[in-house]
Amino acid sequence: MTTDDAVKATEAPPPPDRRTTESRSFLRHFLYLIWSANTVVVTVLSVVLAMIIGAILIIVSDADVLATFAYFTARPSDALTGSWDVVSAAYADLFKGSIADPEAVTAWLNGTGTWQAVFTPISETLTYAAPLVFTGLSVALAFRGGLFNIGGQGQAVIGCITAAVAGFALPLPVVIHVLVALLAGLVGGALWGFIPGILKARTGAHEVITTIMLNYTAGLFLTWLILQNGVQDPNRTDAISKTVDSSAQLASFGGALRVNLGIVLAVLVTAAIAWLLSRSAFGFEVRAVGANPAAAKTAGISVAKTYTLLMVVAGALAGLGGATQVLGTAHALTPAVAGNIGFDGLLVALLGRNRPWGTLLAAILFGALRAGGNRMQSFSGISLELVTVLQALIVIFIAAPALVKTIFHLRAARAARLGASMAKGW
Amino acid sequence: MLKLPGDCAEGEIPLRLELRGITKRFGDLVANDHIDLTVEPGEVHALLGENGAGKSTLMNQLYGLLQPDEGTILVDGETRIFRSPRDAIAAGIGMVHQHFMLVPVFTVAENIALGAEETRGGPLGWLDRRRNRRDVLETSQRYGLPVDPDALVENLPVGAQQRVEIVKALTREVDLLILDEPTAVLTPQETEELLTVMRALSDTGKSIVFITHKLKEVKAVADRITVIRRGRTVGTASPDTPEHELAALMVGRDVSLEVDKGPADPGRQVLKISGLIVDDDRGVRAVDGVNLVVRAGEVLGIAGVQGNGQTELVEAVMGLRPARAGTIHLDNENLVGMSTKRILRSGVGYIPEDRSLDGVVREFSVAENLVLDTYDRPPYGNAFRLNPGAIASSARDRVEQFDIRTSSPDSAVSTLSGGNQQKVVVAREMSRPLRLFIAAQPTRGVDVGSIEFIHSRIVQERDVGTAVLVVSSELDEVVGLADRIAVMYRGRILAIVSPDTPREEIGLLMAGITAREEESEQ
Repeated sequence: MTTDDAVKATEAPPPPDRRTTESRSFLRHFLYLIWSANTVVVTVLSVVLAMIIGAILIIVSDADVLATFAYFTARPSDALTGSWDVVSAAYADLFKGSIADPEAVTAWLNGTGTWQAVFTPISETLTYAAPLVFTGLSVALAFRGGLFNIGGQGQAVIGCITAAVAGFALPLPVVIHVLVALLAGLVGGALWGFIPGILKARTGAHEVITTIMLNYTAGLFLTWLILQNGVQDPNRTDAISKTVDSSAQLASFGGALRVNLGIVLAVLVTAAIAWLLSRSAFGFEVRAVGANPAAAKTAGISVAKTYTLLMVVAGALAGLGGATQVLGTAHALTPAVAGNIGFDGLLVALLGRNRPWGTLLAAILFGALRAGGNRMQSFSGISLELVTVLQALIVIFIAAPALVKTIFHLRAARAARLGASMAKGW
Repeated sequence: MLKLPGDCAEGEIPLRLELRGITKRFGDLVANDHIDLTVEPGEVHALLGENGAGKSTLMNQLYGLLQPDEGTILVDGETRIFRSPRDAIAAGIGMVHQHFMLVPVFTVAENIALGAEETRGGPLGWLDRRRNRRDVLETSQRYGLPVDPDALVENLPVGAQQRVEIVKALTREVDLLILDEPTAVLTPQETEELLTVMRALSDTGKSIVFITHKLKEVKAVADRITVIRRGRTVGTASPDTPEHELAALMVGRDVSLEVDKGPADPGRQVLKISGLIVDDDRGVRAVDGVNLVVRAGEVLGIAGVQGNGQTELVEAVMGLRPARAGTIHLDNENLVGMSTKRILRSGVGYIPEDRSLDGVVREFSVAENLVLDTYDRPPYGNAFRLNPGAIASSARDRVEQFDIRTSSPDSAVSTLSGGNQQKVVVAREMSRPLRLFIAAQPTRGVDVGSIEFIHSRIVQERDVGTAVLVVSSELDEVVGLADRIAVMYRGRILAIVSPDTPREEIGLLMAGITAREEESEQ
């Protein structure tokens, strides 16, 4: 073999065969993409699978329908139509409660209904989604930097507290008051994120442990604080704080609708975090430290500083989530004011693959399930817990993409690495 | 010089291994492409190839760690399927990995028993330590491999740990032993001992598959040589084949093993290390009073077996590890206590020894890796934002300039071969004005073509007047690149010698034996 030939043989990688790609029809290419198990496909299929299992649970929990299965072999039509009716009614309510109710639309077109009634479902969806966007982003951002922020709940609680106190204790003019209250929530959450951040940077204390502990601390602090003089509503004996001044409340759109400026803020913040991650020097540091702290350190990036600052920003995001919750919908502190938004944020981030826009979409999906679940409960009599089960199932399928792949015979592709990302947090 | 089955020692069952058409793919990459290999009983069979040629992949399939996509494994003419190392061991195949699989806090006997513990009273009974110990001693004596069954593995030198691995495989009564790059971590003297052991084992009828990319060892010990390049068998050679022919087979073209460089023109003292003391991660003294000077326009090579403080020395200079005592002056500035970022900014370039851990962020694109330490400096960005345009255009230039073979600067670095990943690191560290350039193991795991390129770049850097410090455990590399060689042993610089010094002498120094001691011993 001459030297030249050998050089060619070793150096020239075979050029990708373009013709095969071009000759493939658009449809075939489309199908290929669908079956190649990309993240979107796996996510959609996870939702579908969760809905199927949810349907089984609906049937099993309905005593009347279950009774028809006793004589299934004799007359299967009873069981089948019964099952179909109860499941379709439930999922129809889920849709009507979260996206649009066709009856309300017709009524509005006929002039008998109001436009508010048409938009109520979407309004509810976005209202529930807004705080989840913030807590989801908090978890997602921290995770991109290699930190598993379980503390979204505590940070959101502190955000609720500082925002609410600023909301009812400070006498400020209209626009400024709401801004100050939001800022207070942001700073409160940032402080609560700073503690595990600095502990991790200085002592190596694992953020999972410290943030879990700080969740308890924040929750118990809230229940204590509400009952204190100057915080508790003087006209009430139960655990509820004074109401936030109307100047500090997030304005809602159009009277009867609950949706407020919180969701607008959520979209803006999502855009900001997306920019931060991809275009800012800090985002570069976060990604580098998250992917390979040793290489980041070797290249002169201070890992300790990045961890601390990252937890501050993550805490600030969760705090802002708490602030939008209390300033947008709750308007007063109660022991359960933050609900479960911090922990739901973990699921939202997982579902959104730790990407800012993905997290936004995931939060809206969770908001929709919650809003639709309310209607499903009151109209079809199906427990709201079913929604929690659906959420959990979706997340399980996302976290175990191999399961989805096997069920749908997807091409072994990137899917294998999708959910494992979160599981390696520990 | 093949041995016939009849030649074996009594009681040994000879094992004849045949691999037919073994193919293994990882996605689009074909790691093994229809490889055929036959190992005769009692044969030392060398598997020669560059890093990334597919040698380890092949052996991992033989050892049951991976399953072939195509092809069959025949043991004594019977087709066998190995789903796990357990199956392979049962069929009489053992493996000593490149990175030892030993528990440091266990004794030698415990390590050897691990996974095949002798128990009394059923599988949940207590361990029969006495029997373990006896088995270890028996095996060790039978094959002439001295090990102390009661020593803690963490206290043993690397060569002894390797013997433990070999004894461990032999106690499983294997007839074919795979040694994966066994000499990478050994001193020249330890290597010589290992080669003797290999010959002795083959005399007792054991077959050995010896994976390596070092030509000299192959010639010294192998009965037959199979050369693998890019996942294919390119030929079988006898040990009489001249070295340069083997090298050509291995890389597919004639390569110069020598580094082409002119005489050095040393100038001012750029790096001056005095009385440096550094501890390792466990708090054990790793660098013990080192004094060293590197001048502008010269290459100072540090030779030494890995783990003698070279890593810690370099990390201390880079501000990655605190110095206990001593000073490190870059021209007139003391680097001790300075942040890594400031040290890099003051004109120091650094190739870390562990590329995949410290050198690159595998998930990042080539372009991002090229600015890993300059992302917040113009033109690539500032303290707040990045300038993607500048990053992309400079990446395109440097991909071309440094001959980085990638489908695009936006591809993840993990998709590149080891050599090209290293070129990314080299390109990053060499595209700014430097006063000092530190290269730790600059060509480890790099193919021969890239080695030449990286070496010529290092020499170029020297010729423009940069002070260069090269640390390598490959003696050939140090000798080829350096203008002066400092030999490091147990945290100290034992001697500074000229690259013309005979290899044997440097080898002895690496083992801690100075000329004077040797005389007194004799």
